[in-house]
Amino acid sequence: MKKLISAAILIFVCFVLQSTVFRAISFGGIIPNLMVVLAASFGFMQGEFAGLLVGFFCGMFMDVFTGDVFGIYSLIYMYIGYINGKFSYIFYPEDIKLPIALIVGSDITYGLICYVFLFLLRGRFHFPFYFTHVIIPETVYTIIVTLFLYPLILWIYKRLLKAEKGSENSIV
Amino acid sequence: MSPVVKQKGERFTLPSKYLLFILSILCVILLIITYKTNFISNTLNSVAGVVVIPFEKGISRAGVYLSNRTEQLKQINELLSENERLQKQVDELTVENTKMQQERYELTALRELFQLKDDYADYQMTGAHVIARDAGNWFYSFVIDKGSNDGVEKDMNVLAGGGLVGRVVDVGNTWSKVKAIIADDSNVSAKILSTSDNMIVSGSLEQYASGQIPFTQLLDNDNQVAVGDKVVTSNISDKFLPGILIGYVHEINTDANNLTKSGSIIPAVDFEHIEDVLIILEQKQYIEEDKNQNEEID
Repeated sequence: MKKLISAAILIFVCFVLQSTVFRAISFGGIIPNLMVVLAASFGFMQGEFAGLLVGFFCGMFMDVFTGDVFGIYSLIYMYIGYINGKFSYIFYPEDIKLPIALIVGSDITYGLICYVFLFLLRGRFHFPFYFTHVIIPETVYTIIVTLFLYPLILWIYKRLLKAEKGSENSIV
Repeated sequence: MSPVVKQKGERFTLPSKYLLFILSILCVILLIITYKTNFISNTLNSVAGVVVIPFEKGISRAGVYLSNRTEQLKQINELLSENERLQKQVDELTVENTKMQQERYELTALRELFQLKDDYADYQMTGAHVIARDAGNWFYSFVIDKGSNDGVEKDMNVLAGGGLVGRVVDVGNTWSKVKAIIADDSNVSAKILSTSDNMIVSGSLEQYASGQIPFTQLLDNDNQVAVGDKVVTSNISDKFLPGILIGYVHEINTDANNLTKSGSIIPAVDFEHIEDVLIILEQKQYIEEDKNQNEEID
């Protein structure tokens, strides 16, 4: 229950921030992708199940407020969360390299998928431009923001883990 | 792993790959449904209006306040010198204005003679604040704080600073989503004001950084279109009302087929700093009505 509420609040706050505050402090019109950070980190921290659900709801927010057809972002983010969940077996909270690498990978993958489905299919073939002007800047900015956001998510994760252990000992 | 629901202690859990499968199918169904109708987005939009919009409104209001304050401090010096310059301009313009007024009387008289109406000024409009921008980097849309409760409907045109911004693509109770004409998947049927040559103005992410919108398919056999010409929405557009200013021609090139021309225009609106917009509460409906009538006749 606590897990659910904390995830819901995180998604909500990050989305609102992303569409308002980060727009105001964007670099060259590029904003960081907090939704990918959330979906990926819930994936590798709490497993496939949490990853795909968080990804699904992150995508849903994107669909309602930005997408043309409903469902495309939900689908993309859900798979990002799910695939990151596969790495939960080799995730250790002390190690920062794996999370960063996974988030970078996820964001670049997200950019590539968006390019293929939303641009390439409409006949925009100038891939190098989109790669250097949207995908890479977004990833770099996302990583900078991740350095601040990730400790927060990690802290929540550790708190939840503690609470879970505590409740297991007391109730079961 | 068995495909049936797995029992673990007292709690039922669904293996995540089946959940993934179910949700994927759900998404695809939603994709197809929303592509055909807007049933689901209507429900979700009203939910979103209750949950997210109040927060976005609050934050953007605070943000606007803060940025206004910093701008104010920055601009005081600039304003002093600008004020002096403008005062001179006011004097010049007053003289010009009187001249123009005389011409205007003449114009109204002539218009009455031709029984033409100045449509642009007669549209009923409502103002709105921009409360949130696109949360992604691929397209350009934003959310405004007026919705169906204020009479906003889908496909209504949105203006700012005298130029066309875009059109409403999604409406909630207290909010609506506007897709800008510079968005990569937006196309506007336009014409050159002076020569009435039609063309297509289509947004492009590639030219977004340089502040231009590309146009294509301009038929200009007499080579009359020049840089700086006004570009307005055309009469044949089915979503945009005619005669709304889009921008000014910045560059013209002849296409390889030697028949049409393409190039770019500079929009009349500053898309980087949109805070308030005007929505025209009128739609170009007659085309649909005509179509219905035709179908009935058929």
